[in-house]
This record gives sequence, structure tokens and C-alpha cells, in this order.
Amino acid sequence: MDTARLLPLVVAAPLMGAAVLVATGRRLPRFASDVLGCAFATVTAVLALLVLFRAGHPGPEAYPVEWVGGRRPVGGGAAGIVLVGDPLGAGLAALASLLVVAVLLYSWRYFEQPPRRHTGSFPALILVFQAGMCGFALTGDLFNAFVFFELMGVVAYALTGFRVEEPKPLQGALAFGVVNSLGAYVTLLGITLLYARTGELGFAQIGRKLDAGGPDGLVLAAFVLVTTGLLVKAAAVPFHFWLPDAHAVAPTPVCMLLSGVMVELGVYGVARVYWTVFAGPGGLSHPDFTRALLVLGVLTALLGAAMCWQQRHLKRLLAFSTVSHTGLFLIGVAVLTPEGISGTALYVLGHAGVKAALFACAGVLLDRYASVDEHELFGRARELPEVGALFAVGGLALSGLPPFGSGLGKAVAEEAAGHTAAWLPALYVLVSAVTGGAVLRAGLRIFAGVGRRPRDGQESGPETTGEEEPETGRRLGRIPVPLLAVPAVLLAASLAIGVIPAVASAVGRAGALFTDTGGYRRSVLDGRATAVPASVPPHWQATGILLGLLSTALAITLATLAVRRPVHTGTAALLAPVRRLQSGHIGDYVAWLAAGTALLTVLTVPGVR
Amino acid sequence: MTVLPYLVAGWIFLIGVYGLVTSRNLIHAVGCLAVTQSSTYVLLLAVGYRNGGTAPVFADAPTDSRVVDPVVQALALTDIVVGATVTALLLALVVQLRKRHGTVDPDALSELKG
Repeated sequence: MDTARLLPLVVAAPLMGAAVLVATGRRLPRFASDVLGCAFATVTAVLALLVLFRAGHPGPEAYPVEWVGGRRPVGGGAAGIVLVGDPLGAGLAALASLLVVAVLLYSWRYFEQPPRRHTGSFPALILVFQAGMCGFALTGDLFNAFVFFELMGVVAYALTGFRVEEPKPLQGALAFGVVNSLGAYVTLLGITLLYARTGELGFAQIGRKLDAGGPDGLVLAAFVLVTTGLLVKAAAVPFHFWLPDAHAVAPTPVCMLLSGVMVELGVYGVARVYWTVFAGPGGLSHPDFTRALLVLGVLTALLGAAMCWQQRHLKRLLAFSTVSHTGLFLIGVAVLTPEGISGTALYVLGHAGVKAALFACAGVLLDRYASVDEHELFGRARELPEVGALFAVGGLALSGLPPFGSGLGKAVAEEAAGHTAAWLPALYVLVSAVTGGAVLRAGLRIFAGVGRRPRDGQESGPETTGEEEPETGRRLGRIPVPLLAVPAVLLAASLAIGVIPAVASAVGRAGALFTDTGGYRRSVLDGRATAVPASVPPHWQATGILLGLLSTALAITLATLAVRRPVHTGTAALLAPVRRLQSGHIGDYVAWLAAGTALLTVLTVPGVR
Repeated sequence: MTVLPYLVAGWIFLIGVYGLVTSRNLIHAVGCLAVTQSSTYVLLLAVGYRNGGTAPVFADAPTDSRVVDPVVQALALTDIVVGATVTALLLALVVQLRKRHGTVDPDALSELKG
């Protein structure tokens, strides 16, 4: 079958699966619903992988472009909706699909028996989520990107509040829903402005029409508005407040998807929109874009790392670590080189496996001990050495230990960022060390009981403890096999990404194609195949290995110091004002969103000529 | 073509954001979110408006008659569908929150601090 013809199927297959599950879920036993859900998710993953393996290789199918319904552009004007299977988008669709399969297998034994006649609801929601993510990764049309953005958003709000019998998930889902929907509407305002200027909705068409003129206030306003919504999804500071709240309360399998791939899709959206729409002479100049995104990226990385270190609620800790890594991803995009994009893509791949595995371990703790509180669980999980080992490996991989995929991605991205500003590699090392160190510290306390038992009661400022309801009916006795196998496989996959050179060279080609604005527009609008630009595939270099080892060593040192001397230093008091910002109040979050939009405007205003 | 509809769209958006920031009731907040979304309808329709244009239905009008842009109307319809979904879901969450938590005041929801 023609590769381009597979693209609509990648979006349609999970939607069909969801429809089947909704229709039959009332009558099916739970086992059958789970098998059906896994089957549809697997079929989608196979389709996405097929597209991925055929795209980016020299040949007639190098750049699959499908005009849905056969509405090809006529005489420069396009009326149809286009799906583009460029290697990076197809790769993200494949990543999302594979993670969905892992999540469905994990939740097989994770959730308690659902109420009778509701067996299909969770897998059906997950399948719709998968369709939204795949559609967002594959679309070549700005308005469709908005629709898929909202589709994955709405399902994610519903999944976050999946346990509707408890108050906390509802609060998290509400903050998530209000902030993300507001972001989506801001994006739509920007899309409307672009339509007003160009009369087009496709990325390639808008880009071509914009380049006929110069950058002016309207184009920059459109850029700010469109990017704001995408940055809300990506949880960049100061748009990030919804993320820890949502992650702390969502069911663990949902956290694996939110942190593993949905947030990264926001970063992908920013990069995609910039390179296809605004990268030409009629858009935002490269230095202006770099400055704007670099400021936000550095802020996000630092604030996320600082907050991550302060948490004792394990899921919140992992959520803030995602925030800080998003900052690193944004920096990788901001440097505007193929190497930056490839390094970030590798980082995202490695990070997805590691972070999902860490959440999976946290889920095991939650279901066994009804808590994810670092202090309360002190030493209690000594009886779970396998989970402890997985958690420790995850922490080491998160801190950039070679040869994990996260380590390779960090090495390539920091090398690329170092060409823009010499101090950026230091930031990569610091952030990886602090977030990895926080995970290792929690692991040492929970699984090994190292050091002194942390004392409660003298914390200053707000504190979120991790006393949660378990998600199984009764506490787990023996750990079921899927709950251990899924994180193990995810970590192995993350290791494979760093070890197998073919993955790195494929991602290198994808990065080179992604940053070729003219090539994208030619393939989509003129149907001309593009040559893959020559590039050096990303690979391990001596400096990258050394910096990776350095950040891992720093992480281990930080964790050991924190466990050995749990005295309250001045840092906690210093960071108390920052922690107070995370108020759990929806109005505050919306105010920060408005402030962030203003900041983005100020950062891009020098682009008006 | 005047600039007024664009200013109106901007004003509706800002007033909705103001309402969200200062809201003391979650149902009110969800309503404010719908208000911000209304600004996108106004902006879309203002962008597609053409002076003297009629509705883009050619059943009882000559095919060369001047019509407003049908694309933005399709976009606005899609937008309304999206908005209805989001509003319904958020209101359902608020109702459930009222049942489980006994309040719809965002100031009283402080379990997710720090």
C-alpha cells in the first residue's frame, strides 16, 4: 500500500477502536475489552512504524503527503486537509502509539475491576487520546492542529479526573482543563489572524504567502498567540502550573502518557509551526525566535529543577522533572539547527521511556502502600528490590548516564546548544543532575531506607504530602508481572535508543529534513520529492560521554548528601516564594498565562521592522 | 470594513480572562472560559465578512453573487463543537467536585499547593 495512504489510517484506527469499545464495552468482560483496546493500539503502532520506516529514505515515498479526500491543491490554492508523514512527526506518532500499548498493558492489572457495564471506558478514552496525539503529530494544517490539540486536551482532562469519586483528581482536572482550553483559544485567535492575512490554513501555504511580505505587527501577534497555546501544552514557565497538579492526581497510567509524550507534543508543535510557517523572511527572524524561546527554556529548566528537588510527593517530583526537561527540549529547539532538533528528538525518545518507567514504579508503590510520600514510605519498600532496581536505573538514566537514549539526546542537544551560548551545556548538566538526584534521593530513602528518617512537622511553607488512595480495590500483595515487565521494557527501549546507531542516524536524517523549510513546502504543495540534506548523524562523542558521567556523578553526590544530612538548609526558605506561586488556584494560573503571553510579546517585539 | 469588530473580539477575550482571574465560583469560571471562546467566534466572523456579501448559499442566488467567506463559518462551527465539549466536561467536573468537596469556591481548593 502507498505510504501516504496509511496516514489517515493512523488517526482513524484508534478512533474506530474507541467506537467499537464504546459500543460493545457494556457487554464484554473486562479481559475482552482490554484485549480489544490493546489490539487497536497495536495496529495503530504498526501503521505508524510502517510510515516511519518508509519515510526519510531515498525513494518516491520519502515524504508521504496525503490530501484527505483527494483534494489536491490546484493552481497554488489548496482547499483540502493535508496529512504529512515527515520522519519526525511519524516518529512521534509511533512513540505515542507504542507508549499507549505499554500503558494499556500496564493498566491491565493496575486498576481495580471497573464497575460492571463500564469495562470499555478506560481503553476507549486512551484510544481517543492516541488518535488526538497521532493526528497532531501528522497534520499539515494549522486549524486541524488546533482541533487535534483540543481533542487530546479534552480526553486528557477526562482521564485526569478519571477517579471521579475523589476530590483531588477533580481539582487537578479542572485546572488542567481551564488553562489548556484557554491556551487553545489563544492559539485559535492567532490562527484566525494568519487566515486573515493569507487566506490559507495549511502550514506550507501560510508560510509561502507570508514570505511575499515582510514581518509586521500582525504576523508577530499571530506568532505570539499561536505559540502561547502550544507552550501551555508544553508546560513552559510561566504556563506550567497545571502540569504538577494534573500529574499528581491523574491515574498513574495516564501520567505515563501525559509526561512521556503529550507535553513533548507541545514542544513539537512550537518547532513545527516555526519551521514551516514563520522561518521564512516574512515571519519571525531566527535571532528573535532563538532569544524568545531560549529565555523561556532556561526559566523552565531552572524553575522545574528547583521545584523538583523540593518535592516529597513522588508523582509531583516526577512532574516537575518533566517541566525542567521540557525547558531543555525548548532550548534544543531554540538553537535552530538540525543538530539541536535531532538531539532534542533523541532526548524526547529516551526521556519518554525513562519517565514512563519511573511513573510505573511510583504506581506500584501507590497500589501497595497507598502512598507516594517520600517521607512516609521511608524504608518500607525494602521488600521490593526489583522495583527499587528499576527506579534507581530510571534515576540514573534521567541524569544522563551513558549509554541511555536520554544520555545520548542530552549529549547531542547540549553540544548543539553550546554553539549558541557557551554556558548552555552547564545548564544541561546542572538540570539533569538535580532532577536525577531528586529521583535517586527518593529511591534511596524509599527502597533502601538509607540515612536518617526524615522528620515532619517543621517544614515552612506549603507542602504536598503524598497520601493517596490506591487505584486497586485492595492493596497489592504480590506485584503482578505486567507492573514490573512494562517499566523494564521501557527502560530497555530507552537504553536501545542510545546504543543502536541506526536509531541515531535515522533521527539525524529526520532532524535535517525537519529544518528544511523550503523542502517541506515543495513536497507538500508541489508534490516534488526532496533530497535528504547531507548531515553527520548524531553519535557519542568524548565530551558528551564525560559530561553525561559528570551529571550522573553529581546526581549521585546530591542524593547521597541529601540522604545523609536531611538538615534544613537555607535553600528551602529561599525557594518558599517560588513554591507559594503553585497555589492550586485556577485564577492565579490564568493570570500567569496572561503574563506569559505579555512576556513572549516583549521578547518578540524587536522583530517588527 | 471597520476595525470595530476586531476591538470587540479583543475586549471580549480580555473581559473573559479578567473574569477567570477574579472568579469566586467555578461555574462562573467555566462561563468565563466560554466568554473568552466567544471572542474567537467574533474574530473569525469579522475576518470572513465582506461588505454587501450574503450567506454563502447559492440555491436562490446567482453563482457570481458576492458572499461572505464560508471557510470561517465552517471553522466557527467546529470551534462551537469543541467549545460545547469542553464546557460540558468542565461543568460535569464542577458538579462532581461540589458533591465530593462541598464547595465550588476556587479559594477553598488548596489541597494541591506547592
